[in-house]
Amino acid sequence: MAVTNSNGAIRGFDVQAIRRDFPILQQQVHGKPLVYLDNAATSQKPKVVIDALVNYYTAVNANVHRGVHYLSQEATADYEGARTRVKKFLNAVDESEIVFVRGTTEGINLVAQSFGRTNVGEGDEVIISAMEHHSNIVPWQILCEEKKARLRIVPINDDGELLMDEYEKMLGPKTKLVSIVHVSNSLGTINSVEQIIAMAHSHGVPVLLDGAQAVPHTKVDVQALDCDFYVFSGHKLFGPTGIGALYGKRALLEAMPPYQGGGDMIRSVTFEKTLYNDLPYKFEAGTPNIADTIALGTAIDYVTSIGYDKIASYEHELLQYGTERLSEIKDLRLIGTAKEKASILAFVLDGIHPHDIGTILDTEGIAIRTGHHCTQPLMDRFGVPATARASLAFYNTKEEIDALVEGVQEVLGIFS
Amino acid sequence: MSELRDLYQEEILDHYGKPRNFRKIENPTRVLEGYNPLCGDKYTVYLNLEGDVISDIAFQGSGCAISKASGSLMTENLKGKTKADAEELFNAFHQMLTRAPGEDYDEEKLGDLESLAGVVEFPMRVKCATLVWHTLRGALQGREDSVSTE
Repeated sequence: MAVTNSNGAIRGFDVQAIRRDFPILQQQVHGKPLVYLDNAATSQKPKVVIDALVNYYTAVNANVHRGVHYLSQEATADYEGARTRVKKFLNAVDESEIVFVRGTTEGINLVAQSFGRTNVGEGDEVIISAMEHHSNIVPWQILCEEKKARLRIVPINDDGELLMDEYEKMLGPKTKLVSIVHVSNSLGTINSVEQIIAMAHSHGVPVLLDGAQAVPHTKVDVQALDCDFYVFSGHKLFGPTGIGALYGKRALLEAMPPYQGGGDMIRSVTFEKTLYNDLPYKFEAGTPNIADTIALGTAIDYVTSIGYDKIASYEHELLQYGTERLSEIKDLRLIGTAKEKASILAFVLDGIHPHDIGTILDTEGIAIRTGHHCTQPLMDRFGVPATARASLAFYNTKEEIDALVEGVQEVLGIFS
Repeated sequence: MSELRDLYQEEILDHYGKPRNFRKIENPTRVLEGYNPLCGDKYTVYLNLEGDVISDIAFQGSGCAISKASGSLMTENLKGKTKADAEELFNAFHQMLTRAPGEDYDEEKLGDLESLAGVVEFPMRVKCATLVWHTLRGALQGREDSVSTE
């Protein structure tokens, strides 16, 4: 943890300086300063990331892996440089374990279609949890339907924590894969992923972690976790949309068939026999998303230059402050009260639909998400059709939380 | 903010808090569910038809203030009306919600449905206001699957 000064400030963390790195945060919405609290949907981009995109198209643009000319070599070096950054970021053993994908959704689909279709058969089981995003439910439903396999769901308690005893009971010889969210997008729960992985491994079962909401808040070390697959999206990590990464242990990726066929993923092609390329290119068919990949590398540099210890300390303070302030509001119920939580504040108000909350807050320049957050089974579990969700990033401030609380008071005033 | 006051008028909040015809009709002539998957609003519209006349209409379900008030106002306005009346009123209602700036709408025909005129400033909420209406139209057409606004 970062050392705090006597006045409570985190040493070396200047939120106002950080805010100046994000051009979009300087604007007004409906005549009010933008209060952006929808970071779990997508995060804003620092100028260095925007500049990386502009610079690529201005000075580097060429196709990768196939040109002898100068620009192609530059583009390839930058593209592969981003892979090295992701490798270091996740502490993977080797670059060959990092596959670029469109985002978390595509990463999970890749594992479901390639690993899943090879290893899951009739009567087998895949374990997910009650707090999964639709992107970690539907790919497994498609697989299980095709293979006549069974999808098992780890239940949760009223605070939004996984029932680990129930999970342990589900693991057995039929289990072929566990696919669990690292940090819940709807609740903020940080799952005990070390324990989840250790339990699965004791049955010889590999584990995929959906890290979409984890990487913006916490350092991930895939070797320390010993997880088998890890996926995340760039756009939630202050990088561009349309790019993400899948980490897989080399031995698992080696044994998996390609996900898509095309250029770049082959070693040689004849009409009789095609030989596939080495890892990770076997899984990267077609011209990749070069510009966004390079900018993702820049985003990783940006976040790590701030430092996860400082980010975690600051966000913990914000979360505590937000939890206290929102808890003062009568008729407000927080959804997601796990002991281990990332900076997500989901709530409902008695008798007021989240959509009405969202519309009223928007007129105050406050951006939150309302709805089911792509976790409909989870909403059913809590008996609500939807929630209002404020999700915080390290550029948010206590003043913005005050604005949120005032906005909620205004909502209550209109409906009183 | 005046746009907000236009949207959440007293009449809307009253119909939201105390929705009229918010009940189930046993053995209705027609029944249909409407769903907005984006926000989770879900309503069931019940109809009794005598020939072309809507002799009874009611709804149940859950959703935001705009969608529920719209259901309440719709059912109040359509009881005793014909299918053709309902279609005509829907067209006028929809035109009011999606009108261009400065464009008029048929105040006389719309009556108290005018209280939803402020929705025009909130394009994202037009679907909230029209969900029960789309469901009603599906039911009148004899559809038996559910209606989705997405």
